[in-house]
Amino acid sequence: MKQLVRVAAALTAGVLFCATPAAAQQSSVLETVKSRGQLFCGVNTGLAGFGAPDDKGNWKGLDVDLCRAISAAIFKDPNKVKFVPLTAKERFTALQSGEIDVLSRNTTWTMSRDTSFGLSFAGINYYDGQGFMVKRSLGVVSAKELSGASICVQAGTTTEKNLADYFRSNKMEYKLVVFEKLPETIAAYNAGRCDSFTTDVSQLYAIRLTLGKADDHVVLPEIISKEPLGPVVRQGDPQWLNIVRWTLNAMLNAEELGVNQSNVDSMLNSDNPSIRRLLGKEDTFGAAIGLDNDWAFQIIKLVGNYGDSFARNVGAQSPLGIARGQNALWKDGGLQYAPPIR
Amino acid sequence: MATNPVRSAAVNRPRPVGPSGLNAITQWLHQNLFSSWGNTCLTLLGGALAYWVIAGFLDWAVWHAVYTGTDGSACDVVGAGACWPFISAKLQIFMYGRYPTEELWRVNLTYVLALVGLVPLMLPRVPGKIWLTAYMLLVFPVVAFFLLTGAEPLGLPVVPTSRWGGLLVTLVVACVSIAISFPLGIILALARRSDLPLIKWPAIFFIEFVRGVPLVMVLFFASVMLPLFLPEDLTINKLLRALIGVALFSAAYLAEVVRGGLQAIPRGQYEAAEALGLSYWKTMGFVILPQALKLVIPGIVNSFIALFKDTSLVLIIGLFDLLGIVQQAVASDAKWFSPQTAATGYVFAGFVFWIFCFGMSRYSAWLERRLATGHRS
Repeated sequence: MKQLVRVAAALTAGVLFCATPAAAQQSSVLETVKSRGQLFCGVNTGLAGFGAPDDKGNWKGLDVDLCRAISAAIFKDPNKVKFVPLTAKERFTALQSGEIDVLSRNTTWTMSRDTSFGLSFAGINYYDGQGFMVKRSLGVVSAKELSGASICVQAGTTTEKNLADYFRSNKMEYKLVVFEKLPETIAAYNAGRCDSFTTDVSQLYAIRLTLGKADDHVVLPEIISKEPLGPVVRQGDPQWLNIVRWTLNAMLNAEELGVNQSNVDSMLNSDNPSIRRLLGKEDTFGAAIGLDNDWAFQIIKLVGNYGDSFARNVGAQSPLGIARGQNALWKDGGLQYAPPIR
Repeated sequence: MATNPVRSAAVNRPRPVGPSGLNAITQWLHQNLFSSWGNTCLTLLGGALAYWVIAGFLDWAVWHAVYTGTDGSACDVVGAGACWPFISAKLQIFMYGRYPTEELWRVNLTYVLALVGLVPLMLPRVPGKIWLTAYMLLVFPVVAFFLLTGAEPLGLPVVPTSRWGGLLVTLVVACVSIAISFPLGIILALARRSDLPLIKWPAIFFIEFVRGVPLVMVLFFASVMLPLFLPEDLTINKLLRALIGVALFSAAYLAEVVRGGLQAIPRGQYEAAEALGLSYWKTMGFVILPQALKLVIPGIVNSFIALFKDTSLVLIIGLFDLLGIVQQAVASDAKWFSPQTAATGYVFAGFVFWIFCFGMSRYSAWLERRLATGHRS
């Protein structure tokens, strides 16, 4: 009843004064999260490897781990997160309206989204992009060998355009086999109507598992488009943006420095100044973002470094088995490059 | 005659199987299926089509189906049909969502309490229907609410609605919406036929507005727009938002169905009630509504069935009803990925929906027959 009265009062107030979310943003997000005792994190309604609840209702995935890491940095507990499953259509409004504090839901960072929605992207936790899958029996090991191939693609997507651009710029011929819906496209590829199938690589790996005899299909190493996925926050709170950004950076730096979930305790005694700064043994980087100095230690201890999270959710230790590829660290030939903590 | 055992047996049996029975069957076949060349062709064509569809389905669902296994690899066999172990492994999720296992008895108890009230109400000639109605309207909703959501003082841990899912959410949304929208629909229908503009016009406006927008939009508005107007610290439960949206939506449709029934009642009935000196509410309650509602049972049940199936739209605001949770399991559990996992999940969800909708439709048919006291030419 009390709730009902409050709702009625709030509704009236909202209608009368046209309350905007901006007006409600006086206190910082960090303070709100701390006083609430919980982080509200927007995730996918169910995408294998990135964000999905298991049978017991525990959320798991690469995007989910990022929220757990933020929770670990703030609360020293990876489980003080309420996961809000969101569809693609409602994700940005949920963030704008303050229903969630951070959106970690395989969202592509584009200029229009970054500049016109009142949102800020805090980094890139997965470099996705369009790739090709072929039957292993074809013996193809590179997309450059696909000249003259027939390629199955879903109609009316940017995928189709990227495909045309790639083949034209490489002066290769191809035969387009277009279908209206994704399941038809997959079925056609599986039935041998085309030599290759193209869509975003993360999706290719998931589809591969549904084809029967997953090992009969290979995902080629070439990536022909840019789909950088990352966490998003509301604009207007630089401290909160920093917390999310540096949570991701700390996970990446930890992997680069060889600090992982199992050795982080012994690493506390390391002489390496970079590791000492990361783990809060030197300087006061935690205070700069409003957190305790062991914030990064908690992240690595409770959630793991980026490599741990990748392997567990989408990589070698998961059914998906996605290769690190572009998501390898820069020193291993990938694109993951975090600014240093110093 | 009686000395011939074969003959007497055939006479005594309601459906004879002897030679005369065979004759009856061939005669029936001849009359109904093979009476002319055209009919014979159609029969053979239809039979072939039915065989093709049914045999194909049985092939998939029964003969070539996989029945045991602990993950998707068991179903990953060339030519394999339905992947039933996926359903049995996920059955709890499909039925209850992520409701904590040790608290499941609360959901089951709620179901039992609902059946205890509903079944006698739906059967004819059960004494004490007044008490049962009072129980269903006043006691049960309160008990069910605390059982499902929890009450710390009573030792029932709170289970947030974000952990509800599957058939539980489907039933909660459908039942609460039906319970709210039925009386609301009747009131709206009466209001729309009122002579007072202050009552009539708001009712017309509400009905026409709600009927004019898709349910998806109503849900979107409740889920996405509403929080924009509310202060940041106030969050109305998502499930509650969906409930209100679906209930209001179906009330508008029901109002029009009921209005159809009201208009079918002859003027003489109103005048007779007036002549007896009955007030407006007594006229409606004792004379008009019982007849009008009886007339529109098919329409009402039609609305309820549509509502039951519409509950699957709550998926778009991030609630997982039966269909939503099947979709989620199909898309997100890499352990169970196999060529037939998705199809198996959808067939299962469809079958559960069908059981409930078919049940409702049979009950309404039975109710119609039982209440058929007149108006039959």
